Amino acid sequence: MPTVHDWINNPLAVVDGLFAQSNSSPDWEKKVVEYFKEKLKLNDAHTWVPSLNDVPLYYLKPNSLVKFRCMVQDMFDPEFFMGVYETNDLTSNSKVRTSKYKQLDFLYQQVDFNSRNTVTSERQTFYCVPIPGESQWNSYAGTSQARVVPSTSYVPNRHKRSYEEDYEMDTHSAESHGNTEPKRQETEAPSHDSSSVHCTSSLDLNFPLPGEKGPACLVKVYEDWDSFKLNDMLEVFGILSVDPALSVIADEREASSLLDHTEVTETVEEQRVHSPPASLVPRLHMLYAQPLVHNNPLLPSSAPESNDLCSVLGELASVRAELHTYLTHVLMGDSLAAEYLILHLISNVYSRRDVLPLGKFTLNLSGCPHSSPYTEHLYKVIQQLVPSSYWLCMCLHNMNNQRMVPWKDYTANRLVSGTLQLANNTSLFLDETQLEQGQLDATGVRNITALGNLISWQKVDYDFNYHQMEFPCNINVLIASEGRSLLPSDSQVHLRPTLNPPNLEEYLSAVQVAQVPSQFNKYRIYLSVARALNYTISDEITTAVEDDFVEMRKDDPQSMSAEDLHRLLVVARLLSLSHGQNTLSRDGWMKAKQLEALRISRTQQQKSVSGNEP
Amino acid sequence: MSSPSSQSRKRDPPTPVSEDPLSPPSQRSRAHDTSTELQPMPTSPAMDTAAQDVSLFSSPMAPRSVLQSEVDASSPLMYGTPSSRVEGTPRSGIRGTPARQRADLGSVRKAPQVDMHSEPPSGDAVAGSEQGAGQRLVIWGTDVNVGTCKEKFQRFLQQFTDPNSREEENAGLDLNEPLYMQKLDEISVVGEPVLNVNCSHIQTFDADLYRQLICYPQEVIPTFDMAVNELFFDRFPDSVLEHQIQVRPYSALKTRNMRALNPEDIDQLITISGMVIRTSQLIPEMQEAFFRCQVCAFNTRVEVDRGRIAEPAVCRNCNTTHSMALVHNRSAFSDKQMIKLQESPEDMPAGQTPHTTVVYAHNDLVDKVQPGDRINITGIYRAAPMRLNPRQSQVKSVYKTHIDVIHFRKTDEKRLHGLDEDGEQKLFTKERVAMLKELAAKPDVYERLSSALAPSIYEHEDIKKGILLQLFGGTRKDFTQTGRGNFRAEINILLCGDPGTSKSQLLQYVYNLVPRGQYTSGKGSSAVGLTAYVMKDPETRQLVLQTGALVLSDNGICCIDEFDKMSDNTRSVLHEVMEQQTLSIAKAGIICQLNARTSVLAAANPVESQWNPKKTTIENIQLPHTLLSRFDLIFLMLDPQDEAYDRRLAHHLVSLYYQSEEQIEEEYLDMAMLKDYIAFARTSVHPRLSEEASQALIEAYVDMRKIGSGRGMVSAYPRQLESLIRLAEAHAKVRFSSKVESIDVEEAKRLHREALKQSATDPRTGFVDISILTTGMSATARKRKEEVAQALIKLIQSKGKTPAMKYQQLFDDLRGQSEAAITKDMFDEALRALADEDYLTVTGKTVRLL
Repeated sequence: MPTVHDWINNPLAVVDGLFAQSNSSPDWEKKVVEYFKEKLKLNDAHTWVPSLNDVPLYYLKPNSLVKFRCMVQDMFDPEFFMGVYETNDLTSNSKVRTSKYKQLDFLYQQVDFNSRNTVTSERQTFYCVPIPGESQWNSYAGTSQARVVPSTSYVPNRHKRSYEEDYEMDTHSAESHGNTEPKRQETEAPSHDSSSVHCTSSLDLNFPLPGEKGPACLVKVYEDWDSFKLNDMLEVFGILSVDPALSVIADEREASSLLDHTEVTETVEEQRVHSPPASLVPRLHMLYAQPLVHNNPLLPSSAPESNDLCSVLGELASVRAELHTYLTHVLMGDSLAAEYLILHLISNVYSRRDVLPLGKFTLNLSGCPHSSPYTEHLYKVIQQLVPSSYWLCMCLHNMNNQRMVPWKDYTANRLVSGTLQLANNTSLFLDETQLEQGQLDATGVRNITALGNLISWQKVDYDFNYHQMEFPCNINVLIASEGRSLLPSDSQVHLRPTLNPPNLEEYLSAVQVAQVPSQFNKYRIYLSVARALNYTISDEITTAVEDDFVEMRKDDPQSMSAEDLHRLLVVARLLSLSHGQNTLSRDGWMKAKQLEALRISRTQQQKSVSGNEP
Repeated sequence: MSSPSSQSRKRDPPTPVSEDPLSPPSQRSRAHDTSTELQPMPTSPAMDTAAQDVSLFSSPMAPRSVLQSEVDASSPLMYGTPSSRVEGTPRSGIRGTPARQRADLGSVRKAPQVDMHSEPPSGDAVAGSEQGAGQRLVIWGTDVNVGTCKEKFQRFLQQFTDPNSREEENAGLDLNEPLYMQKLDEISVVGEPVLNVNCSHIQTFDADLYRQLICYPQEVIPTFDMAVNELFFDRFPDSVLEHQIQVRPYSALKTRNMRALNPEDIDQLITISGMVIRTSQLIPEMQEAFFRCQVCAFNTRVEVDRGRIAEPAVCRNCNTTHSMALVHNRSAFSDKQMIKLQESPEDMPAGQTPHTTVVYAHNDLVDKVQPGDRINITGIYRAAPMRLNPRQSQVKSVYKTHIDVIHFRKTDEKRLHGLDEDGEQKLFTKERVAMLKELAAKPDVYERLSSALAPSIYEHEDIKKGILLQLFGGTRKDFTQTGRGNFRAEINILLCGDPGTSKSQLLQYVYNLVPRGQYTSGKGSSAVGLTAYVMKDPETRQLVLQTGALVLSDNGICCIDEFDKMSDNTRSVLHEVMEQQTLSIAKAGIICQLNARTSVLAAANPVESQWNPKKTTIENIQLPHTLLSRFDLIFLMLDPQDEAYDRRLAHHLVSLYYQSEEQIEEEYLDMAMLKDYIAFARTSVHPRLSEEASQALIEAYVDMRKIGSGRGMVSAYPRQLESLIRLAEAHAKVRFSSKVESIDVEEAKRLHREALKQSATDPRTGFVDISILTTGMSATARKRKEEVAQALIKLIQSKGKTPAMKYQQLFDDLRGQSEAAITKDMFDEALRALADEDYLTVTGKTVRLL
């Protein structure tokens, strides 16, 4: 009977066992997937599975079950392989085997290519990267859960050999066992500082954001690959494969490529991208993947169900009040701005009507002090609150040099990532106070246009050289600027500090320290839950809103345009959600109106004060 | 013939070794190999059978022993006999014409090869071959009987007619005569030995034959080749061809999108569409190595087997070891090219990245396509195990797939030559067409469609109707013979109005709706971005012309947001595009004229952020009138400011936020339906003016002219008449009517009037004044200008003979004298007018009389 550690440590034995049982009936794959799904469901078994995100690769046992929280960055072409094959060894015992879920790259001549049992199967490869911009607290929280595992996975490297007899291994890998010891020493030496390995390697791991760390992974998908989309967040459970032979091949072939005309289908660049060294980019054979609605580790990873949330909803009001106070402090006593910041943080594109995304709420926080590092501190606060975020400094150098929009590199046949390839609900913090005088060149203009499109339509046009392809996205954009931002925004709040601390930095760190870590966790849960709530408007309120609109238009048609109503409806929605209400109440509508009125009057005052605002 | 090296001839099969050393290399065989796992040149049993079958049907045939020799294996497509190499004599007839190996059919099968001539290894492998009866003989592993297959295909060629053919290849052919016989006639005249066969024709003729073709292309196509050659040389025994005719089937009905390819398709005939993203250099692939002994100059040839050459270790003539040296320029090579094909964007599900496939083109198909071309290819899908190392026979468990192309068909080729419209060969199923026609028959189809357009944007019915007509477009007319050139069929629309009236949203919607739409913003685009620019291609280091938005939206709609923010320089590009529909480019040594038959949908904001109803359109948006007059319809999108409207608007907006998707779906036609409707109308409806409609148009035009003549101004120009015609045609297209009738003219008139009423009303008089748009100034404004100038002259004259005056003084005097308020602008304008008449000059602050 397989124990827990068997199916985690040696899943291939399970796969082979099930395959042998099924007598090559075609539905054995389903059985395998079912088996692992069942196992993972049982008493939180999925938390025992080591995670590639937290455990360094060299601690993980090859061919064991691991999980990986990731974003699909690129999709490669599907590949055909021998799903089932037959071997004839010298004793002429033919045996039918499967190569599913394995990186089986050496088939020897004893393989009977003409066997009737050979089944050609298809699989798809996804290039997956860790979710871009994941906050520090996020991965720490993840480690604490998977804490048990690393300790167990330290040892198995030694046990490895004993297991290997069980599953299919060929002479070549046996060869490599012979010199396992020196090899391990080699790999372990640089691995003390894993970050330096990643930086110095010539291989570009194609992370969307600069300075990201973590393993990228080639995920082999065996079924239903059409259901996955680019930029989807997934938690993949799969069998890890880090056969060092994979990278050897590439070198050998490069040397011999001159001789061989038939190998010209792939350029050197393409090979480097599609079969990178397994030590840097491990292969993961997917058994089961769970799409992530959010990447907040403090909540159950499936879509939060209503009964789960009851406990959270109970203390929602108090958490909201605390969060509001906290943000007010951070925003130097500006309670209105804090209110809007909360609304912004829980905004979410919940639907699209033809081209119009509904529910987005881009906030422009104007009036940020120019020279002080205030914006940086503000970003750090937001980073503390949301699961993933990115601080984009809009200085001239960045705008002119960064390639924000992902583009297809046809030589290497991959999608080169850009800053704007982000997972859903990532907070993008645009720091416009860094913008200095100078000229935007063609790239800069393109970047500004891309940012504008992102804000207005929540889509990014990926550049496929011959055509552009539109990818819808769902990114919360917050713009910090001195005056009104040059980018469009749904709503602009001018910061009006009521406090004026002599030393800004000291003040902010004091605010920060005053918060207990557990409080942060509460805030984080609150924001994720509020975002996921359902929301409806009753007929009664609908008519009330309509009446109200007509009334407002009567007084002064200039003050209330269709766009204003759009915004008001979004504000009302977010305000209700932030209070944990599922429907819009009359009261909520009035509050939303008040809030908007306050904001608009402030903006107008600001206009008359500075005078040169457009 | 695309390349010289493709001139290949068959080598004399029985005497492979004794090749005349002096014969030029070009006469040597070019066998073609495609894959790493090649057998010693296509020794697919099919070929052998084919050859054997010839022996059964056509008489002179070498004895079997010859066929079975290794030579036979190297030339499976040798329909001819040993005498096929008749050098020097006039080649004619099937035997005189050299066969040419078909690299595209090259065998990569891994199945054990069964030689039909040797004893079949086991009972079930070869069905009925023992009998030797032609009728029962099938190719190993298939159910193809060569004889029947050939006969069927010949019957197909002789009998198939397609009276309803709409393919452009068949232009000029008599549709009631057998189609392919006419094509054979053509071959005999033109001398291009390629016969393209539409698979759907085969399917309608004989479904079984079609199935065989799809499933066993490698066996069936050579059979077809044989059949067609026999037929051809029967008919034209004297014709001389470069090589024997090759059959190239295309558009296999099982046309697939690249995504749908799966392991079942391996070794089958498939047709997929896509876009070429990369082509490799020409790869000369060695087919046959030529060795010469260094000692005795003995020559020998070695077939390339699976990418490797078995170098002879011993000279057969003098028995010296290791004396054989490879002579490169005597070896035989074939052309090969690797092409990367990417899924076309239309085929892709949202949110996924496009797939790519490797395609190999052989011989004359090399260099037929360029990166960027949209093509349909028909070919055989192959999979070969990846080898780890070319020197070892270990393979990976992963296969490498590619397609050996048999037929290319460019889908966008015709766009280069005008006269198209059906550039996108969008195929509609019969049911879909019936559904569309049913919709078209409804009396309120026009209203239905216009309300289905951008349902999230409220009201603005007339604007939506205008845009709808723009989507359909007029009928393209060609007056080149009479010297007028093409008439513009595209309708241009300008939307101007207050900010925040969802103009951009409307533009975005249109951009998403049309297949060939471009969206640019006036702020972010430059003249080159709109037209074309020259850049250095990073790969080839050659200058290439990159096209901009206007050229890319040829046959589509170019949406330009923030039209007013565009620099004058950029805008001037549009003059040519919006009337002549072409774009002339002269940069970096590239001088050309590109087609830009695009409709322009532009949106402009008023200069003073809010629309000033006291000013004319021109004054409000500050665009040159030369450009404005090129718009067929100019709409104002203003806030109507009326209570009932507000209520409806509010209801509409609120419902956006709480209605579920399904509810919305029910209310409106979905976008896909609208797309199909437009695509169908654009490709298949070409309305012409009826007598009645032309009369109505003439009347309408005369009426328009009359309105103005009463007040001494011109109220319509021929351009307006053309606009009316276009609009009427577009409306007829909406109804799927092939004739423009008076209701179309009525609607065109109404829409045109509505647009004019909004945009060309002179705010001072309240009349509609077309000259606002055509000359940039209303008639009253012009009159006023003259009055001021006159008053100024009077004033100056009254001052007596003073040669110079102070500018400010004069201005104050004039202001004091006039009853109406005179602004500085008006004064300046009057001074300028007088200066033009050489009455005075203005230098700095003084005004001098001349």
